[in-house]
Amino acid sequence: MDVTEYIKLVFTDYTLRTITLGTAILGAVTGMLGSFAVLRKQSLLGDAISHAALPGIAIAFLLTGAKNSNILLLGALISGLIGTFWIRGIVKKTHLKSDTALGLILSLFFGFGMLLLTFIQKQPNANQAGLDKYLFGQAATLLESDVWMMAIVTGICLSVLLLFWKEFKILLFDADYTKTLGFHTKFIDILITSFIVLAIVLGLQTVGVVLMSAMLLAPAAAARQWTNSLSMMVLLAAIFGAFSGVFGTAISASQNNLSTGPVIVIVASVFVLVSFIFSPTRGLLFKQIRFIKNRRDLQLHKTLAFMYNIVESHENISHPHAIKILNNFQGYTKSTLQKLVRKNYVTIDGNMWSFTEEGFKAATNLYNQQINNNE
Amino acid sequence: MISKENVNNETPTSTGVVAVKVDDLTVAYNYKPVLWDIDLEIPEGVLMAIVGPNGAGKSTLIKSILGILKPIAGSVSIYNKPYQKQRQLVAYVPQKGSVDWDFPTTALDVVLMGTYGSLGWIKRPGQKEKKEALEALEKVGMLPFKNRQISQLSGGQQQRIFLARALVQNASIYFMDEPFQGVDATTEIAIINILKELRKAGKTVVVVHHDLQTVPEYFDWVTFLNVKKIATGPVKDIFNDDNLTKTYGINYKVSIQE
Repeated sequence: MDVTEYIKLVFTDYTLRTITLGTAILGAVTGMLGSFAVLRKQSLLGDAISHAALPGIAIAFLLTGAKNSNILLLGALISGLIGTFWIRGIVKKTHLKSDTALGLILSLFFGFGMLLLTFIQKQPNANQAGLDKYLFGQAATLLESDVWMMAIVTGICLSVLLLFWKEFKILLFDADYTKTLGFHTKFIDILITSFIVLAIVLGLQTVGVVLMSAMLLAPAAAARQWTNSLSMMVLLAAIFGAFSGVFGTAISASQNNLSTGPVIVIVASVFVLVSFIFSPTRGLLFKQIRFIKNRRDLQLHKTLAFMYNIVESHENISHPHAIKILNNFQGYTKSTLQKLVRKNYVTIDGNMWSFTEEGFKAATNLYNQQINNNE
Repeated sequence: MISKENVNNETPTSTGVVAVKVDDLTVAYNYKPVLWDIDLEIPEGVLMAIVGPNGAGKSTLIKSILGILKPIAGSVSIYNKPYQKQRQLVAYVPQKGSVDWDFPTTALDVVLMGTYGSLGWIKRPGQKEKKEALEALEKVGMLPFKNRQISQLSGGQQQRIFLARALVQNASIYFMDEPFQGVDATTEIAIINILKELRKAGKTVVVVHHDLQTVPEYFDWVTFLNVKKIATGPVKDIFNDDNLTKTYGINYKVSIQE
């Protein structure tokens, strides 16, 4: 199946439509909330939470013996929250830094989850097959009811975000100050963190425990490159996330059913890569171009300033001088001189140069500017 | 150069009313006490410096007064009522380094945050708040930079933005944590002039300060702190070698030119 066929199928095929819609909503909500995680420098928290959710899934299955995805995700939510609050507790009560706490909880919970999974696989219960799909996710198992669930959670998320926008923003920027204004910072903090956990748990079925944090971080990191406004960043991250979901599903469906989760994550990473290189203000490409241009300008300015010093002592600004004297000055090269000629700042006659009216004016301005800057 | 003309020293305008009263305040990180049994009265209308060596607990004192840190013991009252009931009378300027200046927001937006406290939950700033924020920006000379992304401001400009954010709160008492750290002489004079204006308007200003040389020039009240309170009072009475030596532990000679 190629891409055009896929696009046709999205509108006709029920399953494909469900999956596409599901991954798009998932991408949007994780991108949105991921912006907050990235700005709080809690990028790794997502990774720890998603890994911490695994034992919850296993325990929920052991208790109910059924593979109802809502119940399994409830289990994931609970153990994800427990993991998160343990991390907070460790950071608060011990001298350990948060990266250590995150690493500890991540491996502890994930290890325990894997242990439970292998235990379950040894059980005679025939139902257990396919529980390991939560490791890497399987978008194909998304049902309409799952997508509804995602849509509802996203809706709640969005309304809370809009309602408490001001509080979220100030807490992200300056938590101590927020406290002095009389806001209950712990409440805002728990609200944000809980929604991040919720978004991660929603994505476990589709993208899986191992790759879920990429869904949280990649769209947000990409969005940060394009804007200096928080609202724009959140919006862009949602859009990037949604498109990653849609493109990822399209590619995976049209290429022999490649595993959807990893493809979505790779698409999201492409967004990041493109943003890192091509963003007009923060991108590497334009930064490099600006750097080279500045260096060239500076070279011209240096030569011009040097010439000005020579010319200044003469009554007639167009009085010719030997090119040779410029050689003593290390900033001078033939190409610099040619550039000045092209700009009509300097005329060359044999091995003598002289300023034009325009060139003298430019050099004077430059000189005054430098003096003003030094003051 | 810092010229004396700009920062002439006035006599304390204290009214005799106690603005801030700290009782038996003790703060510890784990088992190590950072502040030990601090009793402090700050009279209304003074411009007070808190001085002391690194690790003396200067920032901790401010943060505990403001409820950012939880003390083991002690209480704080503002105009004779518990701090929690008087928050709207108090404004805070944190250390510049305490936030991420690469945060995606503008100078005006940061100053607007000063209005969030009086707005309360959920309500968004409107025209009135925006006007107040612009006025504060004007006061600190940052109006031309209002739409500038905050990472593109210099250290001094960032400090002025923080000051403007506190000014918007229109408080009675201002707590500032090293507002002169890493700013150039021009900004330092601009800031101290604003602080003196605040004092003239009857406000109380408390500043964590590091440069002992400028204490007599800038402030009329001083508190010496080194885990314990060493001394507090008018600069002209207690800013002497004896207290400096007690606070800094070395034989400190103030070489203040009279």
